Amino acid sequence: MAELPILDVRGVGKIYELNGQKIEALRGADLVVRKGELVCLIGASGCGKSTLLRIVAGFEKPTSGQALMWDKPITGPAPDRGMVFQDYGLFPWLTVRQNIGFGPSSRGLPKAEVRDTVERFVTMVGLTRFADAYPHQLSGGMKQRVAIARVLANDAEMVLMDEPFGALDAMTRERLQDELLEIWQRTKLTVLFVTHSIEEAIFLADRVVVMEPGPGRIASEHRIDLPRPRDVASPEFNEVRREMSARLHSHHARKAA
Amino acid sequence: MSAGAVPGTAEAEPAPRVPSPWPARLRATWMALIVPLTLLAFWHFAVKWGWMQLIPSPYDVGEYMIDFAVGGIWDDAFSATLHIHLLASMSRVYGGFALAAIVAVPLGILIGRNEMVRALLDPFLQLMRPVPVTAWLPLSMILFGLGARSAFFLVFLGAFYPILLNTIFGVRSVEKRLFEAASMLGCSETAQFFKVVLPASLPSIFTGLRLGLGLAWFVIVVGEMTGVPQGLGAVIMDGRTLSRTELVICGMIVIGVAGFISDRIVVMVMNRLLRWSPSHHG
Ligand SMILES: Nc1ncnc2c1ncn2[C@@H]1O[C@H](COP(=O)(O)OP(=O)(O)OP(=O)(O)O)[C@@H](O)[C@H]1O
Ligand SMILES: [Mg+2]
Repeated sequence: MAELPILDVRGVGKIYELNGQKIEALRGADLVVRKGELVCLIGASGCGKSTLLRIVAGFEKPTSGQALMWDKPITGPAPDRGMVFQDYGLFPWLTVRQNIGFGPSSRGLPKAEVRDTVERFVTMVGLTRFADAYPHQLSGGMKQRVAIARVLANDAEMVLMDEPFGALDAMTRERLQDELLEIWQRTKLTVLFVTHSIEEAIFLADRVVVMEPGPGRIASEHRIDLPRPRDVASPEFNEVRREMSARLHSHHARKAA
Repeated sequence: MSAGAVPGTAEAEPAPRVPSPWPARLRATWMALIVPLTLLAFWHFAVKWGWMQLIPSPYDVGEYMIDFAVGGIWDDAFSATLHIHLLASMSRVYGGFALAAIVAVPLGILIGRNEMVRALLDPFLQLMRPVPVTAWLPLSMILFGLGARSAFFLVFLGAFYPILLNTIFGVRSVEKRLFEAASMLGCSETAQFFKVVLPASLPSIFTGLRLGLGLAWFVIVVGEMTGVPQGLGAVIMDGRTLSRTELVICGMIVIGVAGFISDRIVVMVMNRLLRWSPSHHG
């Protein structure tokens, strides 16, 4: 018997209404994610990546089909699925510590436990010196570390990341990718990660899911079998990147034709 | 860097906010004084050389101010009465302002958050808004009689709208993202009121309170021109009737200073509570 997947997206479609116009953002999306997997979603702008992620997060309801977590329909946002937004979404009036403690204290955990959890995750993301700083005093990379710590501190089983490193400079991005992998391997998290970068997807993912626009749908899936830690400069990595690139561009070519 | 390693080794620190050193402060004070001192000198010479006949000199006003505050120079009906008038005006300003804040902040939050309350109240309040406070004067005299209650009502009315409108604006412009973040972290919708809506709209609420308090001082003069015996507005009116221009100017100065000090206090509280906001620290 196959093991029960943590996430099972079945024939999910989403139609937005905008000024009386219908926009089909997603059609018939099927996606199965197993516990502990790191899956990257990639595809051209407007192909429904964010929409799919937001349906899994529970922020949007699918128009058709359904998304199941541990075989139960997702009905709304909940702490077991933590979202990391590209624009951070930190509470500007709370310090780093208070932002990280927001989830645990909202769920009514005892004060001492909240404090311990917060300290543990402040240290994990390397922000001890900035624990009492407010978000506007942090760099983009530090803000995103807080956002990640915030969902981890809340015991999220699955972390949903929508282009989390898209706004960061190349060096900070690489460092955060390393940190994410390190945390992921240590904690056995399940990660669903949206990106625009083929390199980022291949560097991070167990599996890359390629999406296509018009209407948004899942086009193909690719298992990445490169051993970790991966070297983006290695010939093997480049080989996979070339294949993936060709694959993505053939989608575009077909669409343009 | 791997997670759990030496914290924040290469990241820039937040800009440290060094308290401005004394010379810089002194310089700022001097810069701020240049224009008022020039005007004062101009006033002095304009009176001395007879360009302005009906205006007392700054020195006369200063002397009168001392008498108004502590007496001992003229010993007339206004000697040593400053504190009485100031207290009377302050009690109306702060009373009317406090009442306006107590009504307008919760009402603004309600209108901002609740469709039904908005549909019910917003059109009415928007319709009443263009009526200037001064236009309410006769009606308030009819409703509340000649006297302190009428002044109190006008102050309330003057402070009410800026507080209400800014509160509504603040509540309505809370980023949607923050509600999403709160709900995915397990914060219930009711708890989000105190954990998201209120803190997020606090900067706007404070803007409203500050404007409201300014308007309260603005309105008090009008309110006290309606036959109240005490109050700075009454002093100015009496000064005019008695052709005591020194008294008129003294009243104006006291209102200016009192309004300035109360604004500084609000700004101080605001900067303390809104430390987190990049546009409010100071
Ligand atoms: N709230 C909404 N209302 C109306 N249309 C929407 C809404 N959100 C998304 N859409 C539309 O749905 C389609 C898919 O959007 P989505 O944001 O999921 O794409 P994406 O793959 O994340 O794109 P990007 O890479 O640019 O972030 C787009 O055509 C977009 O205009
Ligand atoms: Mg997107």
